Amino acid sequence: MNDILRLDELDRRFGGLHVTRKVSLSLRPGDRLALIGPNGAGKTTLVNQISGVLPPSSGRIFLDGTDVTALPQAERVRRGLARTFQITTLAPHLPVQRQVELALFEREQLANSMWRSVDAHVSVREEALKLLDSLGLGHRAATPTGRLAYGEQRLVELALALALRPRVLLLDEPMAGVPKADGPILLAALDRLPADLALLIIEHDMDLVFRMATRIAVLVQGEVIADGTPAAIRDDPRVKAAYLGH
Amino acid sequence: MTTHTEASTAVAGGTPRATAMPPPWRLPLLTIAAALLAAFMWPDQLGLISRVASTALLVLSLDLLVGYAGIATLGQSALFGAGAYGAGLFAQHVSGDPLIGLVVAAVAGAALAAASGAFLLRFEGFTLLMLTIALAQILLSLASTFRGITGGDDGLSDFTIRPILGLWEFDLEGRVGAIYAVAVLAVGLYLARRVANSPFGLSIRGIHESRARMAALGTPVRKRLIAIYAMSGALAGVSGAVTAQINGIVGLDSLGFALSAESLVMLVLGGAGNLSGAVVGASVFTLLHHTAASIDPYHWLFVIGVALMAVVLFPPAALAQQIWARLRAQRKASS
Repeated sequence: MNDILRLDELDRRFGGLHVTRKVSLSLRPGDRLALIGPNGAGKTTLVNQISGVLPPSSGRIFLDGTDVTALPQAERVRRGLARTFQITTLAPHLPVQRQVELALFEREQLANSMWRSVDAHVSVREEALKLLDSLGLGHRAATPTGRLAYGEQRLVELALALALRPRVLLLDEPMAGVPKADGPILLAALDRLPADLALLIIEHDMDLVFRMATRIAVLVQGEVIADGTPAAIRDDPRVKAAYLGH
Repeated sequence: MTTHTEASTAVAGGTPRATAMPPPWRLPLLTIAAALLAAFMWPDQLGLISRVASTALLVLSLDLLVGYAGIATLGQSALFGAGAYGAGLFAQHVSGDPLIGLVVAAVAGAALAAASGAFLLRFEGFTLLMLTIALAQILLSLASTFRGITGGDDGLSDFTIRPILGLWEFDLEGRVGAIYAVAVLAVGLYLARRVANSPFGLSIRGIHESRARMAALGTPVRKRLIAIYAMSGALAGVSGAVTAQINGIVGLDSLGFALSAESLVMLVLGGAGNLSGAVVGASVFTLLHHTAASIDPYHWLFVIGVALMAVVLFPPAALAQQIWARLRAQRKASS
C-alpha cells in the first residue's frame, strides 16, 4: 500500500535554533502513528509544517504522492489533510452546529455562496446534526461553543476535523487539559475514527499512546531517534534513556 | 463592543438547533415603516430623514467590517468619499442619471476597497487601524491638491442630477430625496442581511472569532476578508453617492477623519454585529446631534460623549437581557 503522507527530511530553524532536524516519517491509510517526545522536542512545530502554517526551512512533504510543500494550508485541507489544535481555537460565540456547518460548507466548496441562507442548506444542517449526534453532542447543537465544558470542546474540535472527511488527521494533544471525568467519552470517540484514516497523534498521555498507536515515533531535540511498534519502542534503550526513563 | 451571540435554543423534534437566521426582508421593512412614521410625524424634517438614511448606509457598511469580520478601521470615509466623488464626477462629465451614478459609486468604493484591502488586510489590530487612517488622509490630501477636478475646498458642485428613472425630480422640500435615500438604504439592508445569512457570511463570522481555526478548515482567510471589504466598499460608496446626489455637492469632509470616527461612534451606539445597529445608531446619533446642536451649537458633542459612555458602560443589549431574565424569574416565582 502507498504512503498517504510522507515527510522527507523536514528541517526547520528559527534563527540559530534548530527545531526539527531532517525528520522523515511516513503514514499509510489506517496507520495510528503516535509522535512522542519531551516538551520542546519540536512536535508542534512539525505539525505546523505538515499542516502548512509554517514553511519548512528545507525538506519536502508528500500527500498521496504529490509534493504539497509549497501549497497553502487551504489547498492541503482540500486534498484531505486535517488537524486539531492543542489549545482549542473554536469560535466562542457561534453555536456548535454553526461551527460544524462552517467546516461542511468549506468541504463542499459552498462557503463562497452569498445568496442562499445557511438555513436553506438542509443537507448540510442534517449532516452537522448527525455528526454531533455520533459524538454524543447532539443536545449541545444550539449552545455557543464557549459555554461547553472543556472536554466537550475537544469533541467539537474532533467533529470539525471529521466534517472535512480527511484522509490524514493530525491530532495535536487531543487529551491535553481534558478533565479525568471527560476522558472516556473522548477516548471512545477516538476509537471510533474511520479505520482507513491515517492518524498522526501527538500526545503526552502514555496510556492513550500505547492504547491507540500501531506505531510510535520518538522525537528528541528535533530528531526522530526511534520509529517502531509500541513493543519495540517500550524496550528501546535510547528511548528509555531520553524519554521514558524519567 | 457587543458581538453576535445566538444563545437561545430552538427545539424542533426534541433536538435543539441553532437559532434560524433572521429573514432578510424584516429589517428593511421595519426601517421603511419607521421612516414613514417619522415623515408623518415631522413632515418638515424630510432632509433629516434622508441624512439619517444615507448615514445609516455608511454605518451598515462599517458593521460588515467591524461587527462581522472584526476588521478594525477608522478609514471608512475613504470608501464613502470614493463613492461621493465618483458619483459627482460621473454626473458632471458623463450622465446625471442617479441610478447609474449609484452603480458607478458602488464600483468605485468596491474597487478602492479591494485594491487597498489586498495590502491593508495583511495587517491586524492597531497597525491596520493606523493604516486605514493613513489611506483616508492620503486621499483627502489628493482631493485637496487636485482642485481642478474635485473643486478642492470649495467642493464639487458643478453637476446636476436628473430625475429618478426620468420621473421623479429631486425637489426642494426633500420629499423625493428622502424616499430615495430610504429606498436605497432598504435595498442595502436586504443585501447585507442576505450576505450575512449566507455560508459566506457565516465564514466571515468564523474568521472574526478564530482565524487559525478557519484556516485549518481550508478557508482562504485573506481572500474572504478582501471580498467582504469590497462589499463594504460598495455600500459605503453608494452611501457617498446618495449624499452627493441629494445635497448636490461633495466636500472634502466626505473624505475626512471626523466622518470615519463618527460612523464608528454610531455603530457602537447602535450595537455592532447585527446590522440593525447601523440604523439605530445613525438615527440616535443624528437626532441627538440635531436636537443638542439646536439647543447649544457649541457643546452638542458633550451630549454625544455622555451617550457614548452610557452605551459602552451599560450596553443596551446586555441590559435588555438582564431585565428579560429578571422578568422571567419573577413570572416563574409567581406562578
